[in-house]
Amino acid sequence: MTMTVIWTGMVVLSVLCSMATGQQAQVAAAAAEGAGAGVELCLSVAGMMCLWMGVMEVMRRSGLAGGLSRLLRPVLRRLFPSVCRDREIMDSISANVSANLLGLGNASTPLGLEAARRLSRKSPGVASDALCMLVVCNTASLQLIPTTVAAVRSAAGSGTPFDILPAVWLASALSVGVGVSACKLFARIWRN
Amino acid sequence: MLDLFFTMLVPLTIAGVALYGALRRVDVYDALVSGAGEGLAVLARIAPALVGLLTAVYMLRASGALDLAAHALAPLLDRVGLPSELLGLMLVRPISGSAALGVGAELIETYGPDSYLGRVAAVMLGSTETTFYTVAVYFGAVGVSRTRYVVPAALCADVTGFLAAAWAVRLCFGT
Repeated sequence: MTMTVIWTGMVVLSVLCSMATGQQAQVAAAAAEGAGAGVELCLSVAGMMCLWMGVMEVMRRSGLAGGLSRLLRPVLRRLFPSVCRDREIMDSISANVSANLLGLGNASTPLGLEAARRLSRKSPGVASDALCMLVVCNTASLQLIPTTVAAVRSAAGSGTPFDILPAVWLASALSVGVGVSACKLFARIWRN
Repeated sequence: MLDLFFTMLVPLTIAGVALYGALRRVDVYDALVSGAGEGLAVLARIAPALVGLLTAVYMLRASGALDLAAHALAPLLDRVGLPSELLGLMLVRPISGSAALGVGAELIETYGPDSYLGRVAAVMLGSTETTFYTVAVYFGAVGVSRTRYVVPAALCADVTGFLAAAWAVRLCFGT
């Protein structure tokens, strides 16, 4: 429903605004142009996206993804102190986070939901601190190689679509750091 | 040196992963092809949304509404070092992934992938997530309605991501 409100709002606003600015002809042309651009965008990123999803699948099957999840365990124990003794929960959380790091979107969501289901069993109806931390970690981007964005840059003619990696890592680390700190801080002051 | 690293990053990653998989006796080619097939499925799933959203984005841009909003908010955004051209991207990013991809791709196309604006847009896309969608999926799936401090904490992370994206691009590339 949210998208219905947003999309309708955008379209209606454009029509109203075009009457105010006198740019009706441009808006009419833009509607057709935009629809075509949607298809063009999909086609232009298709090759690189498929290639990377393929490479990620090789990483998953060869156990590289599992190795990463073992590496993460010590860090995650600190983020989820209240459940760190529960092996099954910690397993699904580390699998979720490592799938996020590798950009395996299709794999990370079911793993994360599995972890969330187990966490919520301990406090039905109300989000526990551990569940809040898990969701906030999933709303921040952990992906190490932002393949879709690189595909878009390469389609737009960039010779080195991955040169933004250091900047992406820096921005992601700061964003995740602030999200995690905010969780820890709010957990102390938000009692109920 | 750094240029060579980024040039070689993709081929080396692909070769390294393939070699490691082959040594671990994984059917590398089969995995590659089935993963790539999943990629097509993802594209097929987001294509209709991209058509709809880019139509709306193009209309909004042609109508001059985005310019008006950016113009109104420019002083505020300027003060924190964020280019006002990226306002639309920042507004849709927490709500819809495909909308953000559409708006971001449009910005990257318009200003050029290696321009300051194009890079900031790309870094914003790469370092933030679809916050509201994720919160809805997780809490919907486990039937939790009292989300406590999740939304404020996640939004803190998003705002930090936007500010940090512009800052990190200035740090790594200049303006």
